[in-house]
Amino acid sequence: MRLNYPANVKIVKVPCTGRVDVLLILKVFESGVDGVYLAGCLEGECHFLKGNLRAKKRVQYVKGLLDEVGLGGSRLEMVNMSSAQGQRFAEFAREMTEKIRALGPSPVKKLKRVGD
Amino acid sequence: MIVGNRKSLEEILDMIKPHKKILLLGCNECVTVCAAGGEREVGVLASELRLWSAKEGQEIEIREHTLERQCDHEYIDQIRPFVGDYEAVLSMACGAGVQYVAERYRTKPVFPAVNTTFLGVTLEHGVWSERCQGCGTCILEKTGGICPIARCAKSLLNGPCGGSSNGKCEVDKEIDCAWQLIIDRLKELGQMDRYEEIIPVKDWTTSRDGGPRKRIREDLKL
Repeated sequence: MRLNYPANVKIVKVPCTGRVDVLLILKVFESGVDGVYLAGCLEGECHFLKGNLRAKKRVQYVKGLLDEVGLGGSRLEMVNMSSAQGQRFAEFAREMTEKIRALGPSPVKKLKRVGD
Repeated sequence: MIVGNRKSLEEILDMIKPHKKILLLGCNECVTVCAAGGEREVGVLASELRLWSAKEGQEIEIREHTLERQCDHEYIDQIRPFVGDYEAVLSMACGAGVQYVAERYRTKPVFPAVNTTFLGVTLEHGVWSERCQGCGTCILEKTGGICPIARCAKSLLNGPCGGSSNGKCEVDKEIDCAWQLIIDRLKELGQMDRYEEIIPVKDWTTSRDGGPRKRIREDLKL
């Protein structure tokens, strides 16, 4: 399809969104990123049955933590799409980039990167 | 297990406000099982604190450490080599752990990051429920294995009261009437004759009314 999506979106591959732990998301924010989204399979289509539904709950939980910290839960989103929806993938990458750009850079930018 | 609930970040920040070097201390026992103060929760709170401090432009150094238990001095003593490097300890243990850490390091401020709530069980993953109040005189043999002290809002020894409706408590429609549960269980056990027995007034001196409690087993003392 050779679709374009914003170059600022960095992809971290995981076997299933159910793999994504609360701490993993928080550490990414600690590294200074402006926003994060989890792109999981369509609801009801999880190869591992509930991985994407678990991820959805964790995203909701971390959104609460980010609000508590003052970063804003809207910097984190969950989106569902199938591997055949390349168009949707590119579209959401653009939508999320615009949304995060409107929110501005993460206020923790100056924080030392995790692992440094 | 002892079930706790983490305090809000706002409350925690208010406690640790004057300090810049914090030892964040988790506990591997009950609070790990109820996901309130184990190693993972220590990681999450430390991350939240780091994010907050970076956002506010404040320098806070946090060391994450989780002890096997905070209710035994053998484990608490393990932090002795480095506790002095920190201005305060933020403990994620139950109230017993927080107090014991404070007792062992008398010059170090120790703050609770968790509200200790009850003695309970895991109903399902992520759901915990109260079962015991540690009253010191167990009467479960009389009540079909269901505790009216912990599970009846009035701790009635001879129930139910008039507030029991369709098996639910008047306090909250989500709460089962403990005495309805007791009657149902006694029926299942074929022990309804026990329900006929009047349970006399309870001696509460074994509970908190007798002051803080202590248990000694001379044969185990060294």
